[in-house]
Amino acid sequence: MAGNKGRGRAAYTFNIEAVGFSKGEKLPDVVLKPPPLFPDTDYKPVPLKTGEGEEYMLALKQELRETMKRMPYFIETPEERQDIERYSKRYMKVYKEEWIPDWRRLPREMMPRNKCKKGPKPKKAKDAGKGTPLTNTEDVLKKMEELEKRGDGEKSDEENEEKEGSKEKSKEGDDDDDDDAAEQEEYDEEEQEEENDYINSYFEDGDDFGADSDDNMDEATY
Amino acid sequence: MTQAEIKLCSLLLQEHFGEIVEKIGVHLIRTGSQPLRVIAHDTGTSLDQVKKALCVLVQHNLVSYQVHKRGVVEYEAQCSRVLRMLRYPRYIYTTKTLYSDTGELIVEELLLNGKLTMSAVVKKVADRLTETMEDGKTMDYAEVSNTFVRLADTHFVQRCPSVPTTENSDPGPPPPAPTLVINEKDMYLVPKLSLIGKGKRRRSSDEDAAGEPKAKRPKYTTDNKEPIPDDGIYWQANLDRFHQHFRDQAIVSAVANRMDQTSSEIVRTMLRMSEITTSSSAPFTQPLSSNELEFVGKSGDSGGGMYVINLHKALASLATATLESVVQERFGSRCARIFRLVLQKKHIEQKQVEDFAMIPAKEAKDMLYKMLSENFMSLQEIPKTPDHAPSRTFYLYTVNILSAARMLLHRCYKSIANLIERRQFETKENKRLLEKSQRVEAIIASMQATGAEEAQLQEIEEMITAPERQQLETLKRNVNKLDASEIQVDETIFLLESYIECTMKRQ
Repeated sequence: MAGNKGRGRAAYTFNIEAVGFSKGEKLPDVVLKPPPLFPDTDYKPVPLKTGEGEEYMLALKQELRETMKRMPYFIETPEERQDIERYSKRYMKVYKEEWIPDWRRLPREMMPRNKCKKGPKPKKAKDAGKGTPLTNTEDVLKKMEELEKRGDGEKSDEENEEKEGSKEKSKEGDDDDDDDAAEQEEYDEEEQEEENDYINSYFEDGDDFGADSDDNMDEATY
Repeated sequence: MTQAEIKLCSLLLQEHFGEIVEKIGVHLIRTGSQPLRVIAHDTGTSLDQVKKALCVLVQHNLVSYQVHKRGVVEYEAQCSRVLRMLRYPRYIYTTKTLYSDTGELIVEELLLNGKLTMSAVVKKVADRLTETMEDGKTMDYAEVSNTFVRLADTHFVQRCPSVPTTENSDPGPPPPAPTLVINEKDMYLVPKLSLIGKGKRRRSSDEDAAGEPKAKRPKYTTDNKEPIPDDGIYWQANLDRFHQHFRDQAIVSAVANRMDQTSSEIVRTMLRMSEITTSSSAPFTQPLSSNELEFVGKSGDSGGGMYVINLHKALASLATATLESVVQERFGSRCARIFRLVLQKKHIEQKQVEDFAMIPAKEAKDMLYKMLSENFMSLQEIPKTPDHAPSRTFYLYTVNILSAARMLLHRCYKSIANLIERRQFETKENKRLLEKSQRVEAIIASMQATGAEEAQLQEIEEMITAPERQQLETLKRNVNKLDASEIQVDETIFLLESYIECTMKRQ
């Protein structure tokens, strides 16, 4: 038929002239790579609106961003240890208020279960402790646990589980609103734990180092 | 939810609430409604952290929960509500223009905290205002309460659904989650409180604040033993009402541009009179009697003529104007001419475009195809023969405003996500420098507090060298530009979203 211009030759199903190319063969090259990442634009964008309102909103926006970071709703991810403790970090520490939601408005499952850290519930706390991401004092804790299991019993157990509880707490966010003094104690202990290399369980609590050695010493020190 | 929207939500959540909340929130947006354990399992976060994140999200009205059968509670995220976080500065600024600083701070506190009781809001705002006042003056609670009541009357703040008060106790165990109800009438009802007191100035180690009797202080400390009179009644900002206000503003300014000032005033009055009586998504306002205008149609003759503002038409023309200006800025004024032509003629052939627009054929073709490829236009085929042969088919160019608006909206989401990412990248690049300048500022501040000489202060300031200062300046300028762009793209998003919502409601 008239449409077939011969085998192997491409025939267009539509009128090529309508698209804008003449009957010749000069079609534009096929592009083989993706378009450039930042193509040049012929038309530059319109400058931004400026005015009192816009400036105020801009300042507001930046302020809001900063304020949000300080709110108790901003849950921080646990940071890795800094290489050097900086002096000015002390002045830049932000103290966040504790926020307690209104439990009546939330489903019951939202309430944190293991609230009591002082109670003798070692199993639950240990499970929770193992679940949360542990820091590098994990080995220390494990060792402590083993020693405690063989060791003094309830009091040290409590302390062990207190330590785990306080670890959880410190990981979950800044909580400087210390309600009880005991928590303050835990925090200090933990700080001490981090800063020196000695295993805390070396001296088990309840033991009196001075008294023991005095009792057992037969020879004088040189 | 499109990928672009999810990405934007993720960036917003991360900036405002941190990574843990972001992970949970994005997961919920992606997968829909899920119970607690599944969330913890799928995201790989501990149950404790998931609980905390969900508490935060529910507090800010970003996630809602529902009790399903067998007592399982499922949580669902509202993606569109997360995107509203972009608009917070606009809400706050609008309140400032309407109700001055007091109103501004009230709305700001409500937005920052999600929901609050009225007494908590009043106290916080009074404290903040007292900080900014001169020494010796304090802000009275009554003034703040008045502004709060005015905001509630004009529906800018509304009550949250509350736990129903059950007189009788359930025979069985209490339900796993409370079902919150709200009565339409009560939504703007302000509880009768007598809040007496003044704002407190926050002093680090002072015992008596400016002129306040000591007896009053224990009552308003954070751990107060007294029961709060409006316990359980929480308020939130009514975003729909703000949107209504923005829409009215946009319409009024459009009318002022097209016609003169007086017509815009008339439209403004009409809108204001119907502010509370119309729901936010009604296509027509309540009929009133006034003069005639373009967006205004006549809907009856009683009372000297009842007129109605055709909101849908107004929004449609605003959206069209946005599209036109985008085409103009991207492709040039000739393209814009072609675009307007196709809009006007609804369906038009390529040959006719060349004739009507008076543009040479080659250029016209080029521009048409460019717009077609960017999806501003579409082709409508009209076959002459049943076999749809291309050489014997009419191809008509047409603009479908709804789909073009959707496309543009999607692009806006992408561009804001890009802006935020670029801003974060810029900040991260210069993190070291920023931290250094912050440290220097902290040191200077502490030295000034302890009293230091001028020479010492100067020495510390010189720790930041001149090129570093310049770098900081450039960084600040760039970040400001990016932030301002975000705010303006959000305005476009608002227009397009309103138009799309209005059109969908009609169908």
